[in-house]
Amino acid sequence: MEVLERRAAITGIGQSEVGRRLGRDPMALTVDACLDAIADAGLTRADIDGLSTYPGAMLSGAPGFSGAGITDVQDALRLNLNWYCGGIEFPGQLGAVINACMAVATGLANHVLCFRTVWESTAQGGGRRAGIGAGGGGSFRASGTMQWTLPYGAASAANWIAMMAQRHFHEYGTTREQLAWIALNARRNAARNPKAIYREPLRLEQYLAARIISTPFVLYDCDVPVDGSTAFVVSRRERARDLRSPLIGVEAVGCALHGRPSWDQFDDLTTMALRDAAKMLWTRTDLRPGDVDVAELYDGFSFIALCWLEALGFCRQGEGGAFLEAIARIALDGEIPLNTHGGQLSAGRLHGFGFLHEAVVQLRGEGGERQVAGTPAVAIAGAGGGPLGGCLLLTRG
Amino acid sequence: MADHLTRLLPALTPENQHFWTGGARGRLQLLGCVRCRHLIHPPAPVCPECLSRNLEVAAVSGQGIVHTFTVNHQPWYPGMATPFVVAIVELAEQPGLRLTTNLVNCAVDQVKIGMPVRVLFENRDPVWIPLFEPAF
Repeated sequence: MEVLERRAAITGIGQSEVGRRLGRDPMALTVDACLDAIADAGLTRADIDGLSTYPGAMLSGAPGFSGAGITDVQDALRLNLNWYCGGIEFPGQLGAVINACMAVATGLANHVLCFRTVWESTAQGGGRRAGIGAGGGGSFRASGTMQWTLPYGAASAANWIAMMAQRHFHEYGTTREQLAWIALNARRNAARNPKAIYREPLRLEQYLAARIISTPFVLYDCDVPVDGSTAFVVSRRERARDLRSPLIGVEAVGCALHGRPSWDQFDDLTTMALRDAAKMLWTRTDLRPGDVDVAELYDGFSFIALCWLEALGFCRQGEGGAFLEAIARIALDGEIPLNTHGGQLSAGRLHGFGFLHEAVVQLRGEGGERQVAGTPAVAIAGAGGGPLGGCLLLTRG
Repeated sequence: MADHLTRLLPALTPENQHFWTGGARGRLQLLGCVRCRHLIHPPAPVCPECLSRNLEVAAVSGQGIVHTFTVNHQPWYPGMATPFVVAIVELAEQPGLRLTTNLVNCAVDQVKIGMPVRVLFENRDPVWIPLFEPAF
């Protein structure tokens, strides 16, 4: 079996300004990131013949969840596209990049521009984070899958993921003190990232005393909404010569979904769909978890990153808590540096794409103060939680 | 607690009516496969076990155990009284037969995974919301 994704490479990365309540047009942020990525690849817009995004333009949903769709960008940049795809029913946010890999691998496009824009911070204003269905007024009625949770006030992924964490605590004896290290490690790394939102030190006592959101989660277990856009250029390897930046190869992807695709019906609530995606990834490469030099794993809620660590085999199922306790392991100079930019918990909720961006930064050795020593050769980026998850294993060169 | 919860109600459809209105007669109702007796939730037009499309509405005992839970403290929208317990209950009839619900008539710090619970209903016309309470 040919592993088709190896025909693809990430040749350009770009990112807009990232911040709280920037008050900027999300399309302007999108254009900043896209032009950045195209220039970083040493290409021009005339070279871009594919376009891919998550979740696509949305007429409903949480305010600011989608900042731009396919046609917005195609029109703004007057792209001549041979292939495009935008949507939300993907294996996680990075499913948009996996799609792009396959588009170039199969010859439908040579250079696919991938983007993800959020402006939740500006769109949701100064108030607290809204639940799903909030503001719908007295006439709002829950339908589809949301009818099974919204009538119970379970209006946020915070509730759904919290129940998974609670089950993990119950089955494996995982503790809040252990889970805390996902947040504390992210904050330490964010201190070295000038674009991160929260950079001041966070201590364990502060974490343990923080405002409860939904047990066992406190404020610091939940990511921080921001405005920002991230973009990549995914190129067919044979068309990726003479480019400006070092080429980053796609070694393997994982995009499987075997369990039931819902927040409460998944077979084993101590893990998530990312279990299936992670397992699939390792069937497509001879590399093993021990070969990975840096891990950028979704932490929309702290517990999701723990799940990714277990699912990818950095530790065994159920042992994530004990694994994290030895925080030296996941620190910048540890055996598997985790979320080196500060994750979504401290660097901001760029919704999946931030992890892949950071993986490429680290493989290129462009991490500045937060660069993992010895320049990593293999990185993993995983995004998504609950019923959606997808991951990419990347190599330098 | 949950009495004061501003509830977002489900939109009734022919497919979900048995679940959301069974409480009017004190029944927790799910779909069951006539051929293999597998119980199905949420409702679907086909049995996921045997692919039979011969399904019927079946009343279950309303007994179950708390599979997992969370105490929500965050008011996600105006009028939401906190804290309250969101739980996933596994029903007695079938392993893995679960639904999300609220646990009521129980102090929020007394909830335990594995706790036996039973259904009760909260009427919010035109629906009857299945809730659960300790079944000691």
